[in-house]
Amino acid sequence: MIIQFICRAILLGVPLLYGSTGEIVTEKAGHLNLGIPGIMYVGAISGVVGSFLYENSCGNDIANMNPILAVLIPLACTLVGSMLMGLIYSFLTVTLHANQNVTGLALTTFGIGLGNFLGASLINITKSELPSIALTKTSSFFAAKLPFADSLGAVGKLLFSHDFLTYLAIIIALIVSFILKKTRVGLNLRSVGENPATADAAGINVTKYKYVATCIGSAIAGLGGLQYVMAYASGVWSNNAFGDRGWMAIALVIFALWNPSIAILGSFLFGALCNANNYIQGLGTETQELFKMLPYVVTIIVLIITSMRKKREHQPPQSLGLSYFREER
Amino acid sequence: MAKESAVKTAHEPLFHVVKRDDMSAGKAWLIRVATIVIAFILVGLLSVLVTGQEFGKTYEIMFSGVFGRLFEGHTTMLWKYLQEIAILLSLALALTPAFKMKFWNCGAEGQALMGGLASIICMIELGNKLPYPVLLVVIFLTSILAGAIWGVIPAVFKALFNTNETLFTLMMNYIATQIIAYYVYIKGGGSNVINPVAEGNLPTIAGNDYLVNVLVVTVITIVMYVYLKHSKQGYEISVVGESQNTARYIGINVKKVIIRTMIISGALCGITGMLLVAGTDHSININSVGGQGFTAILMSWLGQFNPFIMVVMTAIVVFLNLGVAKVADTALLNSSFSEIMVGVVILMLVGCEFFIHYSIKFKHKREVAE
Repeated sequence: MIIQFICRAILLGVPLLYGSTGEIVTEKAGHLNLGIPGIMYVGAISGVVGSFLYENSCGNDIANMNPILAVLIPLACTLVGSMLMGLIYSFLTVTLHANQNVTGLALTTFGIGLGNFLGASLINITKSELPSIALTKTSSFFAAKLPFADSLGAVGKLLFSHDFLTYLAIIIALIVSFILKKTRVGLNLRSVGENPATADAAGINVTKYKYVATCIGSAIAGLGGLQYVMAYASGVWSNNAFGDRGWMAIALVIFALWNPSIAILGSFLFGALCNANNYIQGLGTETQELFKMLPYVVTIIVLIITSMRKKREHQPPQSLGLSYFREER
Repeated sequence: MAKESAVKTAHEPLFHVVKRDDMSAGKAWLIRVATIVIAFILVGLLSVLVTGQEFGKTYEIMFSGVFGRLFEGHTTMLWKYLQEIAILLSLALALTPAFKMKFWNCGAEGQALMGGLASIICMIELGNKLPYPVLLVVIFLTSILAGAIWGVIPAVFKALFNTNETLFTLMMNYIATQIIAYYVYIKGGGSNVINPVAEGNLPTIAGNDYLVNVLVVTVITIVMYVYLKHSKQGYEISVVGESQNTARYIGINVKKVIIRTMIISGALCGITGMLLVAGTDHSININSVGGQGFTAILMSWLGQFNPFIMVVMTAIVVFLNLGVAKVADTALLNSSFSEIMVGVVILMLVGCEFFIHYSIKFKHKREVAE
């Protein structure tokens, strides 16, 4: 029971982890990307479209499908789709100096619309009676577990029973954390986010850093959408099912104090909070609805506490949300 | 000498961008209008691409999706259109004082929902107990209060601890949503709907359901224009927005302005909630505001914080929303297509600001003087 609860929490938390790792990379370059919810939608639907096309080209027999291609095609589609979204965002905010909040929100409207539209079109094509599209075959490759997971008892289930995108999320978060803290590139990136004028004076190519960080961040966030569809929803896409996870991922950034390693634990905690209502005995449906607000309340509390303590390393990047124009001093 | 200048130009970029403040308002608007026209043509082309419909016919369908058979004397669709504008506009107006102060209130959704919740509670609990005029006043006041409370909580923390308001207000939306879900579950007896409540509805004028909403929002538009442009408080808001240090220097109590402005912003969102619940749906659910709180942020910004320009912008966006949805519908496509188009148009409008505030100077050949 408790093991199942933790596994479920991890499964629910991984999309948030991808989203917030991506957002952290972007925010470290000084860009508050509120387009993340839309980008995750686009990431998810790109993967769905990719695997849909591949499944169809293979006919109905699962044996025809090459496991490696079945995973790589959706993965590549997701990366390309979400990176394109990141490119739109960075073009508007970096090159055209557009307002970041407005651009991000417009991108979210656009992304969610695109996701739902393509999703509905695919449903139309399949002439399915349910308002959803099932890619169970592709999903089975994504959800493949390590073969010895079940034989190791509780510990094995806890550590080894997840899909590979979960491990990838943790690895990416750790790598990003390492790069940000220990490498020159990370130092440069942080300085761009803190004070782009100083970074510029020190010879760092601010525009390049902002572009690359935003696009890579978007690509990472997009993977969260893919993990949701392929692992959590077992390959079933239905419109609006992804819900407000994108916003929660942004909330998690603050919870994690801009540190992807903390985001790993934070995402599992959020997953647990989202899911707690199903595991507490004797809750009526109405109280469950109240329980669902827990992650948001916790985020607000963290937000308030960090702003009250004013510890320097726990603050958002100093020029977050401001556009940088070289000739403006 | 010629050799030296050749070396110099080799290092010069092809063009560079210069900030400009000198563009006249007329020219700036010319660029914006041109962008809108281009955006509309693009929307038409994309629609043609997706639906396979004729280019001209697309606009015809769009028009019919918004106005219906207006020329034959049917005004139902027109009123629906005005109603949608009214709701989106009133949310955008509510956000404007906060944005002008550079307070990113992303919580219109939640503040409107709480206003709506206050309305529905009054309608259900007090519906039969109070005389109608008193009931309306009570609904009005509680909605304002609920919205204001939801708006002022982030403002207090912003004023005291400089807590990030964008994320705070965002989170407040979801808390509001869950409270609504909880209430609907209790009152709906386990279903996800509350049946329309007959008591405490806003009056219908001349048999028209939406006229009251439109009138209320018209009044808010004018009042907001005067408030921002010609009142002392409006001036304080713009000073705080430009520079908090300047504001402090000239003796403005910045904390007080932040809190006061967010009370106003939240209260207006609360009124919108009331218009939606008591004036339109006579019921509530978690999608009552339906994401318009986010679109309103874009509207307020695109309207340059000017209420009258906002009217035009919301009219355009609602037109697109309804019209393109009809185009998609006619071609048996999902109506989310309209969201994509609205996104495209807004992104283009956001992008066009660049050409108003900056100019591109191309590299020109240097004359060899000496």
